[in-house]
Amino acid sequence: MATEKSGADILIEALSELGVEVVFGYPGGAVLPVYDALFKQKRIRHILVRQEGGAAHAAEGYARSTGKPGVVLVTSGPGATNAVTGMADALMDSIPMVVITGQVATHLIGSDAFQEADTIGITRHCTKHNYLVKDPAKLGDIVHEAFHIATSGRPGPVLIDLPKDVQVATAAYRKPGAIDHKGYHPQVKADTALIEAAVDMIAAAERPILYTGGGVINSGPGASQILRELARITGAPVTSTLMGLGAFPASSPQWLGMLGMHGTYEANLAMNQADLIIALGARFDDRVTGRLDAFSPKSKKIHVDVDRSSINKTVRVDLGIIGDVGRAMEDMVKLWKARAYPPAKLDGWFKRIDEWREKKSLAYPESKTEIMPQHAIARLWEATHKQKPIISTEVGQHQMWAAQHFHFEQPNKWLTSGGLGTMGYGLPAAIGAQVGNPNALVIDIAGDASILMNIQEMATATQYRLPVKVFIVNNQWMGMVRQWQELTYSGRYSESYTDSLPDFVKLAESFGWKGIRIEGAQELDAGIAEMLAYNGPVMVDCHVAKVANCFPMIPSGAAHTDMILQSDQVTGEMNDEAKALV
Amino acid sequence: MHIKEGQKERHTLSVTVDNEAGVLARIAGMFTARGYNIESLTVADITEDEAISRITIVTSGTPEIIDQIHAQLERLVNVHRVTDLTELGPHVERELALVKVVGTGDNRIEALRLAEVYRAHVIDATTSSFVFEVTGGSDKIDKFLELMREIGLVEVARTGVAAMARGKEAV
Repeated sequence: MATEKSGADILIEALSELGVEVVFGYPGGAVLPVYDALFKQKRIRHILVRQEGGAAHAAEGYARSTGKPGVVLVTSGPGATNAVTGMADALMDSIPMVVITGQVATHLIGSDAFQEADTIGITRHCTKHNYLVKDPAKLGDIVHEAFHIATSGRPGPVLIDLPKDVQVATAAYRKPGAIDHKGYHPQVKADTALIEAAVDMIAAAERPILYTGGGVINSGPGASQILRELARITGAPVTSTLMGLGAFPASSPQWLGMLGMHGTYEANLAMNQADLIIALGARFDDRVTGRLDAFSPKSKKIHVDVDRSSINKTVRVDLGIIGDVGRAMEDMVKLWKARAYPPAKLDGWFKRIDEWREKKSLAYPESKTEIMPQHAIARLWEATHKQKPIISTEVGQHQMWAAQHFHFEQPNKWLTSGGLGTMGYGLPAAIGAQVGNPNALVIDIAGDASILMNIQEMATATQYRLPVKVFIVNNQWMGMVRQWQELTYSGRYSESYTDSLPDFVKLAESFGWKGIRIEGAQELDAGIAEMLAYNGPVMVDCHVAKVANCFPMIPSGAAHTDMILQSDQVTGEMNDEAKALV
Repeated sequence: MHIKEGQKERHTLSVTVDNEAGVLARIAGMFTARGYNIESLTVADITEDEAISRITIVTSGTPEIIDQIHAQLERLVNVHRVTDLTELGPHVERELALVKVVGTGDNRIEALRLAEVYRAHVIDATTSSFVFEVTGGSDKIDKFLELMREIGLVEVARTGVAAMARGKEAV
């Protein structure tokens, strides 16, 4: 009989077997035995965050930038509830994550004990799955199963709630074999007949478009490569959701830019006029489709997704294919080549696309004195893109400007909160990405309002000497809220002005960071250069034009064809139907 | 502004799940979180080793919503199999109700007469009350209750629907 180990030691053992190199966490009473076990070993590195929410977003940034699951370790009660937003975020954006929460001892569960919360109940709907472990003999298997569920199929967060007495109690542990779950068998390989049907449809299309999403990135770097091949052989133009940026190179002539509410004119019009949409690991989010009854009315639609519930959820499709998007694309490419289709005649289609491109929908007014926020991001891209930086963002105007004006060539370089739209995501995500990619240039493109939501994580970067850069596009507004109030509520700017902002330079210095302020157009390039030259964490407070709006924009409740461009900026009041839509 | 609703259908779903704590909460919670209806839900373990429970859910929604409910149920890790019995074809549905009727004189005789018509059994009796046990489809039970309401119904307990496909094939 094997020697018995404590639950805490079994946890560490299982995590090591699973290749976990780093956990992001914060100690507390109900998780102390695990912290003691961590103290006694050298295989797993612990990154101490400054609030549990930071741990969850750091794990997301780590996962998104490395392709490996992010691991979070927090205590019971407030430790778990603080991490909830990060779990909800990871669920929406399909980020593989395992969260281990301490829990009060089993005999105290349900007694309103100190720092007790019903973590399983609270997180049931913001995790892919969760477990309450009551027996240390089952812990090892559960940890292995949790990683399997978090990383396979449509990835997502899985939580393990571990009562303190189970961390202390002992049991025998042996590494489990292959996971054979009774109910969980995500379909990876797509049905061959459906792949054949898809290839037939693509070959017959006159105006096809590849609409790609975060699923391509989740499927691994191979999926981004095979997407390039699929685009090459079919000749189809490519657009992407916010989450999918980087899967297809922005420098390709087939690239249309991002689609959706703040997507390019050419991407949205091409979706509207296409005769075939091939949706690859994207989920027809409301920010993508706009008004559903006017969404791409003339097209047939193919939808490849590993999650069966994504197919026909909002948009009815003609051909739904369940399976891993990378493997499905590989099958399509093989079949296409085997059938030796002649090069598609898409000249007419690209001619129309070029006409839409002529609108130059990402253009913005220039200013000699003020820094236009779009210009700041464009210059940041110019200065850094050769280093292939990892970019994280917060949520709001700066996020959309970054998506529009920072151009990505590779997957896993773009970390943003797409589904949940979590302000405060960017700084901890950048920290997690820097931990996972020590030699990479990692920049959080932030807004002045969002950055304050997890500002405490600056200390984490300082402690671990992580040279993250935070580039604040500072317009002293919750810019996106202000923009909506301008467009939808006749400029009644209810609570969207961010008064009493800190002095970000002094703030940076107080955390041991370098602080740089950029105030005029002539200071921009030098400020960026100074940021890049500094070997350590830097916070840049870049003062930009205060009331710039993010265009193009499809207003809430409108169709792709009703896009507002910079040139026809309007203010006004929308009707109740539009106000209620988003 | 008014909120619009689409054409609804009633579907009976059979769901086999791990017989574990929290599974029912996951399923019921998924319905509330996504705004789906539950008209009736029954659950009991069905295997010798008590490892698997069968849940029968009667729900309603547009065909698109029913399809989503099916997919969302299948997505739950503890769910083994989802069968849409309504979609599958002919199936049988049964429900059991306990019905307490209080009264004297003619009403009492009428209650017994109706019970006989509906093949309801008397499982408890006092000089002024009966408890009837009635089984059948939900419509039959609804009708029985409607009649009893006129002659002294005071209390009802219903099990909800248990359902199974007709024929030799097993789910």
